[in-house]
Amino acid sequence: MKRGDIAVRMAPWLYTAALFIVWEGAVRLFNIPVFFLPPPTAIANAIVEYWTPIYRHSFYTLSTTLIGFGLAVGFGLLLGLVVGWSRSIYAGLYPLMIGFNAIPKVAVVPILVLWFGIGFVPAVLTAFLISFFPIVVNVATGLATIEPELEDVLKALGASKLDIMRKVGIPRTLPYFFGSLKVAITLAFVGSVISESIASNYGIGNLMLQAQAQFQVPLIFAGLVALAVEGIVMYWLMAILETRMTGWAQRSGFAQA
Amino acid sequence: MSAFVALDEVSHAYGGSTDTPAVEGLSIAIEEGEFAAVVGPSGCGKSTLMKLATGLQFPFKGSVQVAGEVVSKPVKIAGMAFQAPTLLPWRTTLENLLLPLEIVEPYRSEMRRRRVEYSARAANLLTSVGLGGQGEKYPWELSGGMQQRTSLCRALIHEPKLLMLDEPFGALDAFTREELWCVIRDLQAARKITVCLVTHDLREAVFLADRVFVMSARPGRIVLERKIDIPRPRELDVTFTQGFQDIVHELRSHIVRART
Repeated sequence: MKRGDIAVRMAPWLYTAALFIVWEGAVRLFNIPVFFLPPPTAIANAIVEYWTPIYRHSFYTLSTTLIGFGLAVGFGLLLGLVVGWSRSIYAGLYPLMIGFNAIPKVAVVPILVLWFGIGFVPAVLTAFLISFFPIVVNVATGLATIEPELEDVLKALGASKLDIMRKVGIPRTLPYFFGSLKVAITLAFVGSVISESIASNYGIGNLMLQAQAQFQVPLIFAGLVALAVEGIVMYWLMAILETRMTGWAQRSGFAQA
Repeated sequence: MSAFVALDEVSHAYGGSTDTPAVEGLSIAIEEGEFAAVVGPSGCGKSTLMKLATGLQFPFKGSVQVAGEVVSKPVKIAGMAFQAPTLLPWRTTLENLLLPLEIVEPYRSEMRRRRVEYSARAANLLTSVGLGGQGEKYPWELSGGMQQRTSLCRALIHEPKLLMLDEPFGALDAFTREELWCVIRDLQAARKITVCLVTHDLREAVFLADRVFVMSARPGRIVLERKIDIPRPRELDVTFTQGFQDIVHELRSHIVRART
């Protein structure tokens, strides 16, 4: 392995460590009170001290997020294919979807609570609602950008629309689709945590809300760290999935392998 | 007995009859086994001619016949290649060649049973254009010229009777282009296939074609038909002879007039 490679591999860890060191140093240097901005050591203590609730609530949030995300993948893929299939459906649905996406999802949570009560269901649905849009847009874009010449070549052979979709449209959409999953999974966390903060007795969002009420500021930050870790891990999994499934679209990496 | 590809007084406009027509009163007749080249100023409706002859578009006025039948649906006996190779990056070169066979009958229904046979045929075709042993590579591992050769092979794999080429060498460097001229010349000579080449390169047209058709500016129609009686087989050297240059100059003057 070359020296440059090692530097690149170590970079994420070094930068993360540097962030925490600077943070710790700044808090000590300027004597910032713990209830205003706790230093990383205090947060680490809080994580150790409250490990069991943090673990349980994190797991709960992870499950609502993943279920919402799973729904978004299924629904987003389906809707994206439908929207990409026909220009009139595209024209009809697109403004609706943009309008829907522009609505802050935090404003939708009270309605969901009205329908489904507080807790699990609104969290899942908020995660779903916030994360399906990028998937739809990406899948539809992938289909809409098929080279017209290629379409002509196939149509001249008597290919049906379904043929073109199966042989060209769907495979070429996959990189867009898997790319959108990375965006969608992080958004799904935003959705579930928003809903948990407003209307739930469980989950990291709720844990942080309780910690805030009790003025346990390090615990609030411990919740943030837990979310960040979950977010990074899921993003990383999506990135691996992307490389696995669509290696052909990432030429340099594929050629080296 | 009419010509293999016969357009008779064809008019066609894209966005409805109110638009300026892309072609108007266009008549052209290409004989079976002939190599025809269509040249003209840009935007003269050359690509429209391609689409009409392959059944991707249907004329408002006039008639289009291919192989003795009025074109009313996509002509499945045609292969097409364009300036962009448009290969599928997730398929190997060989798999790219198999794509038309997965769509057009009778190959489509036999694909599963005779895949090995078809793969061998595709490999042979690749060898015939100088790409022997490259079938397992992905398109992006090939140079531009090699990709264009692959694209030509894809247009030929289902053994079409008619090959439609829309500026297939436009994006290549001069040397690669001349190499590919020879490839297409040899393919046509070997298979006796009818070729319609749309191009704006006059040397290309004169070197390859039996007859060159000059189109006018939009709305396009044929303003000149020039038989090229340079004997075959033609070598690249012929392009430097006086006789060749004279034909190119003659066509050029017509194009200049067609532009105005």
